Amino acid sequence: MNYLFLLYDDEDAWDAMEEAKRNDIFGSYMAYTEALKKSNAHVAGAPLNHSREGKRIRQAGVQDGPFADGKEQLGGFYLVDVKDLDEALEWAARCPCASYGYVEVRPAWNVEQ
Amino acid sequence: MSDARAAADETARTSYGRLLAWLSSRTRDVAAAEDALADAFNAALETWPERGIPQSPEAWLLTTARRKLIDNARRQKTRADNIPALTLAAEEAEAAISNNSPFPDERLKLLFICAHPAIDETIRTPLMLQTVLGLDAAKIASAFLVSPNAMSGRLVRAKRKIKSAHIPFETADKEDLAPRLTAVLEAIYASYGAGWNDTSGSESQRSGLAGEAIYLARLLTKLLPDEPEGWGLLALMLLAEARTNARCTDGQYIPLREQDTNLWNLDMIKYGETALATAWRLGEPGPFQIEAAIQSAHVSSMLYKKNVTEDLVLLYERLVELAPTIGACVGYAGALASASKAEDALKCLDGLDARRTEKYQPFWAVRAHILSVLNQTDDAAEAYDRAIGLAQDNAARKFLLEKKSAL
Repeated sequence: MNYLFLLYDDEDAWDAMEEAKRNDIFGSYMAYTEALKKSNAHVAGAPLNHSREGKRIRQAGVQDGPFADGKEQLGGFYLVDVKDLDEALEWAARCPCASYGYVEVRPAWNVEQ
Repeated sequence: MSDARAAADETARTSYGRLLAWLSSRTRDVAAAEDALADAFNAALETWPERGIPQSPEAWLLTTARRKLIDNARRQKTRADNIPALTLAAEEAEAAISNNSPFPDERLKLLFICAHPAIDETIRTPLMLQTVLGLDAAKIASAFLVSPNAMSGRLVRAKRKIKSAHIPFETADKEDLAPRLTAVLEAIYASYGAGWNDTSGSESQRSGLAGEAIYLARLLTKLLPDEPEGWGLLALMLLAEARTNARCTDGQYIPLREQDTNLWNLDMIKYGETALATAWRLGEPGPFQIEAAIQSAHVSSMLYKKNVTEDLVLLYERLVELAPTIGACVGYAGALASASKAEDALKCLDGLDARRTEKYQPFWAVRAHILSVLNQTDDAAEAYDRAIGLAQDNAARKFLLEKKSAL
């Protein structure tokens, strides 16, 4: 089963963060990604640039980011391949983002079946 | 209104399990007993503010609940055969109450039902927390990292199983008791461990279920005072819990050797040591007693500056012999490493099945430590990464990141 982890956090806090702490978080993500890969659960994943660099497009036209007025913004994602929702939640709880923001876990459609 | 709510809350906290155990051991239907009890609590919130809190809130709830049970049984004709039993039960309850004697404590039966072999292992602990302590499914779900909907569904199915499989509400014979008791103990211990990593590297994240687990173990030692493993489990949790406040300060994980013992709860330690002594006196060592003895050794090494490295190796050796769980094997390796036997420690870890260790965070933390002692820096860094990637809280990540950069 594929699950998408959507990582929400305070992106302005990240910008204002001191170097050492940022390195810690960076190291934590590297380690987390590695652990996913070693368990053959990793499909894809990437951190995202600040939402102010984002664009939204629909029929009415294009809108510049940032989008939501909430403090927490989508800051990255993982696509994982695991047995079931329990395992997905287990992995999501290990994601560094769960410690300071939140991780939304969404089952993905299996389009090929 | 607030008085009535407070009285209902208080009765719920202290008597929920006893009321439910009593009702369900007579109806053999946990779900129906729960519904009736919930109705009774609602009725209490409606009636008590107007008519005052009854003299014996427990008795009031029990009487109301069994009336609801009979009503519900009448409404559903399928359970009509239950009515005579229920009426008898009600009379028995009223007799007990009017004698002013407490109604019998049937929670032991409930504990054994929850850990019955027919009940799926993963749902035993949640079932215990819900039936004996009245915890709601959402709280249990988050402690076990399961979605609240899924947890509710699993609990409902487990209760249906108790009913459909006719799991008897009698306490098992002595011979049957031993394996069942182990299951009960394991389920209680699982609620202690739920939501916080059992690793030496990340003991900071707590679920708030530790108090519930200790309550259940105390209950068990009260109901089965001659079972040494019950006392062992109680001692183990008390000795670990006593150090909670010293484990993490300002988001920083503090390993045992660096903890400020002034932050330890010495009363709890004393209580734990007494429980362990009670267990030993019964003269039948078991895994929980050995684990408690390990905690006790850690405590005295810090409080009385005793050198316990050799004791720990021996205790873990015995533990692995009695119960070769992955946790025990990793603990044994850690003890060997502390006793300057890093090579043996590594051999011990290498001997474990990779499928069992793949996602077991403490394995990687201990392995990283051992490799760094052996100056195998690259492998150690890789193992630290694995441990960091599997950690569930920032304190643990930070601690391990520092260890890694010190390589």
